[in-house]
Amino acid sequence: MSAMAASEVLIDCQSVWKVFGDNARAALRAIADRGLSKTEVLQEFSCVVGVSDASIQVRRGEIFCVMGLSGSGKSTLIRLLNRLIEPSSGRITVKGQDLSGLRGQALRDMRAKHIGMVFQSVALLPHRTVLENAAFGLEVQGVARARRLEVAREALARVGLSDWAGRLPRELSGGMQQRVGLARALAADPEIILMDEPFSALDPLIRRQLQDEFRSLTKELGKSAVFITHDLDEAIRIGDRIAIMRDGVIVQVGTAEEIVLNPADGYVADFVAGISRLHLIKAHSVMYEPAAWARARPEVDVGALPRTHPEADIDALIGMVVGSGQEGVAVVDGGRIVGVVTPRGLLQGVRGTAPADLSVV
Amino acid sequence: MSLGDLAVSPGAWVAPAVEWLNVNLHPAFAAVTRAVEGLLGGMEAALLGPPAWGVIVAAGLLGWWLGGWRMAALAAGALGFCRGAGLWEASVETLALVVVAVALSVLIAFPLGVLAARRPRVEAGLRPVLDVMQTVPPWVYLIPAVMIFSLGPTPALIATVVYGIPPMLRLTTLAFRQVPREFLELGEASGAAPRTILWRIELPLARPTLAVGLNQCILLSLAMVVLAGLVGAGGLGAEVTRGLTRMEMGPGLRAGLAIVAIALLLDRLSRASLDGRRG
Ligand SMILES: Nc1ncnc2c1ncn2[C@@H]1O[C@H](COP(=O)(O)OP(=O)(O)OP(=O)(O)O)[C@@H](O)[C@H]1O
Ligand SMILES: [Mg+2]
Repeated sequence: MSAMAASEVLIDCQSVWKVFGDNARAALRAIADRGLSKTEVLQEFSCVVGVSDASIQVRRGEIFCVMGLSGSGKSTLIRLLNRLIEPSSGRITVKGQDLSGLRGQALRDMRAKHIGMVFQSVALLPHRTVLENAAFGLEVQGVARARRLEVAREALARVGLSDWAGRLPRELSGGMQQRVGLARALAADPEIILMDEPFSALDPLIRRQLQDEFRSLTKELGKSAVFITHDLDEAIRIGDRIAIMRDGVIVQVGTAEEIVLNPADGYVADFVAGISRLHLIKAHSVMYEPAAWARARPEVDVGALPRTHPEADIDALIGMVVGSGQEGVAVVDGGRIVGVVTPRGLLQGVRGTAPADLSVV
Repeated sequence: MSLGDLAVSPGAWVAPAVEWLNVNLHPAFAAVTRAVEGLLGGMEAALLGPPAWGVIVAAGLLGWWLGGWRMAALAAGALGFCRGAGLWEASVETLALVVVAVALSVLIAFPLGVLAARRPRVEAGLRPVLDVMQTVPPWVYLIPAVMIFSLGPTPALIATVVYGIPPMLRLTTLAFRQVPREFLELGEASGAAPRTILWRIELPLARPTLAVGLNQCILLSLAMVVLAGLVGAGGLGAEVTRGLTRMEMGPGLRAGLAIVAIALLLDRLSRASLDGRRG
């Protein structure tokens, strides 16, 4: 995919607010004028701030994770993206169309054709077979029965459930049901898939498996996804970029590596504290400038160091340092040495801090 | 002032109101009477036209289709008993009254029930009305009905419909309320129109509770239709009334058993058709 296409913004949220309650308008005005906090709004207007001034961009082909604790406003945010919830203020554009401008059939078409959704509760219709459930989206669109069942069968095959087409949902395990939910979303062939904690109720092993399957399937089909989770490990495993939410506010957006290395505040830092850096942090984040390193260690020949690429993770780098017995590893990009990784830099990477001052290399 | 003067006497204003209705809306009531009698007459003609055994076999086939051979035996057996007891015509009249009354009750209660499930205000407005409808002793409905429509099947049918509406309406509201929120979200997120959500998502999920409502509606209607024998509705109710007024045990008991047979028939067939194995 070219750089142009990769950076095309599919979903664009600009300063979106959602305030729940009868006095939402007044509360919103008071927030703008007096900068009230979430608790103050609750006390004064008995309104709940669900999402507070959120701005995010989801690009074509990316998996965008939203991570936050229970009640942080993740479900509210994702429901704003297909307008299951109306924003109190702000602008949401999907594929260049302002959602608030869509009426009736136009909004339904947008949901049916461009934005799929998968729910934590799966919401499979209990009286329908797996196949009929997978075909539901197409049925709603008025696709003829034979055709929609054919497409649904293909979608089931993608998630490995071909043999279960004729069963009822209750005959399936939780993991399989969640796969049907995904197949149902895929059958309508939307460009964007919204996932609200789809795997939260599953046991860890199945969950890992589904995470990997979901990621490879999404990439293979070239879909974009917004994936909600309260589990940072899951966000890191699945997401290309991660947004961290607290009390309705998006406190940080970035790749897993960026967030771990430079947490925006103490809250994010606490979150990332327990995360293993071994596969997360890459050579380019912990390497020293080759020239500076050469000055600090004139006795070592940079050209003789073992070589690797900028995307090698800490785990691999440790292996190289230990295996070679050398002072460090040279990072090569485009045939040029762009940096040097030292044991000291690696130790700091493991702790999640950027490389320290070179004077003490 | 004596206590008697303080006593509430709704009859004092209900009676003139009914009187006024009678004078001013007579053509409308006459039209209702004609429509009801036409409807009932049609039903009865359809059931009494063919020989009794034909109807019994047809009921057996319907039972078989809905619930296998046991249901077939039950349906044919119930009608066979009515025929054997020499109460064929009366049974058919009762059956026709119940079927028409239930159909009308459902026609009125279902949309109102759905509306009440969606709009809390509608429900709040309906609740006291339903409470009154369900606590007033059923034969009290018969009095104004007879005053307006005079004796015959029409007041019986009207009273039965009024009596059958509350259970159906309440359970319809309950059934639609019970549909989990996530399924409605699924419908919306899939881009389904409200009508599609109603028929493809809500109705199937509400069906078991709706079946209970329909069942109650049928059984209460049957009870009311029998009671309406008092006002000349004909059918098995008339047989029971005759047994009662003449203090004859035999015919009264026979008619009572026929009523039980009809109740069984309607109860099982309606249940099988709504929450059966099909669909
Ligand atoms: N319909 C509503 N009416 C009033 N308040 C609401 C409504 N929906 C959500 N909220 C409030 O908005 C806030 C955010 O809720 P939301 O469901 O988006 O959180 P979440 O991050 O998805 O949490 P969880 O992980 O538990 O699903 C909460 O304080 C919640 O009480
Ligand atoms: Mg949630």
